[in-house]
Amino acid sequence: MKLLDTEKIKKDFPIWSDDKNFVYLDNAASSQTPESVIEAIKSYYTSYRSNIHRGLYKASEKATLVYEEAREVVADFVGAKKKEIIFTSGATMSANMLAYSLESSFDFKAGDEIVTTITEHHSNLVPLQELARRKNMKLKFISVDDSYNLNYEEAKELINKKTKIVALSHASNILGTINDVKKIAELARKFGAFVVVDASKTAGHIKINVDELDCDFLFFSGHKMCGPTGVGILYGKEKLLDKMNPGFFGGGMVLDVCTTVAKWRALPSRFEAGTPNISGVIGLAEAIKYLNKIGLENIKRHESELISYTISEMEALPFVRLLCQKTPGKNIGVVSFEVDGIHGHDVAHILARENIAVRSGFHCAEPLIHYLGVSNLTRVSVYIYNNKSDIDALVEAIKKSQKIFNSK
Amino acid sequence: MEEELYKQNILDHYKNPRNFGKLSACDAKERVRNINCGDDITLYIKFNKNKKVEKILFEGVGCAISKAAASMLTKNIKDKTINELKNISPENIYDMLGVNISLGRVNCALLAYKALQEILEKYETRN
Repeated sequence: MKLLDTEKIKKDFPIWSDDKNFVYLDNAASSQTPESVIEAIKSYYTSYRSNIHRGLYKASEKATLVYEEAREVVADFVGAKKKEIIFTSGATMSANMLAYSLESSFDFKAGDEIVTTITEHHSNLVPLQELARRKNMKLKFISVDDSYNLNYEEAKELINKKTKIVALSHASNILGTINDVKKIAELARKFGAFVVVDASKTAGHIKINVDELDCDFLFFSGHKMCGPTGVGILYGKEKLLDKMNPGFFGGGMVLDVCTTVAKWRALPSRFEAGTPNISGVIGLAEAIKYLNKIGLENIKRHESELISYTISEMEALPFVRLLCQKTPGKNIGVVSFEVDGIHGHDVAHILARENIAVRSGFHCAEPLIHYLGVSNLTRVSVYIYNNKSDIDALVEAIKKSQKIFNSK
Repeated sequence: MEEELYKQNILDHYKNPRNFGKLSACDAKERVRNINCGDDITLYIKFNKNKKVEKILFEGVGCAISKAAASMLTKNIKDKTINELKNISPENIYDMLGVNISLGRVNCALLAYKALQEILEKYETRN
């Protein structure tokens, strides 16, 4: 049986004890939070609330220990060393911090190039746009083909000796396509370009191993993988981070400070200025433990099976047009679609009235929306607690929206 | 049970928008978008010498609420003076639509109204 026992899983999430019929299909926007994560956060606030790396008293020692254990959990989760894991407030902060850090550490010249894809989320794209603007670098985009896969042949043309950074998402939050990052990384390596991976959509859904992906940097957020909001990570190869200047400055990352200048601490402290989201980090580690108990391979199988069902059910509706990866094994769990004659916003509203949560709009990837030639897309994104009856409810509601708009 | 949003008048104006099209010879033109949901409306107005709305058209893509609101608004403000246009409030728009507009749909309902506000502000400055 490929599907997870979602009735059992839902019992782990307090939100379903209040509203048993809540069909939550907006996981690409954010995920639900299990009791164990909430308890871990609560435990920090109620029994060892203090700052980390500073105090000599029991609470502070415990907080420091738990925080650093969390770093170990994340490191294992992505196949990295502890000192290569930097905690941030989320993927967007990671992306911005990385851009500033790369700029101040390496010599980018006018005319140097950055290659990314037309499918990027604004959180990966806009920091690169700004970097390109500041340093007069050229930003180039790998497009997608009619099956919504990356144009790997085009990538071969775009990545050349002028390329300094190749940045791409591990999977598209609109198309669902899981990109062959290693294939792109191979092209980047030929020219010594940095490989940056936005794993926001894949973390907690499929296995991530930074060596297998062959990336130099990788980031994701906690809140899309059963963790709390306000926390994320930035991974960087030790030999690169070691020679990089931080992008954010403040307390906790400095060695000696006089009035005009400061020396940086070692990894990873150098990149963690200020008091971090301590409870967020603790919650993130707990989320990883929760997901590991279910098993990432099992999660992947569950989502592939569910997406296969979703695609076949929705393809059977003649008034629905799917714009997403149709090979289930290559789809991270996202189905984006249009309904004939009904704007996505109205579709989403009608679904909301049926207690079904989806999202409609640009999904923070406006270049892709324009590239696809649409004005709006409605998106369904699944996770560990979704099942076939959720999809059946979705399909019924879409049919209902058709009735509403066509009956009068 | 939630009051029906997609009433007869809304669907009628959505499917058969009044004054839908481009007005090349206009005095004022304003494009507004709801970046989150993809509503994208351009309003065109031509004033006559008495500063009354002589011609008004709109074009674009949008949800049923934004399109119906634009259609109804253009129908209602034809022949109105600039001062009368300035007196239109968001409440007037909600009354015009005749349905309960939830928080999530306010930007849709007021999109064409927003375009009108921009036009009035710029027209004032110019003249």
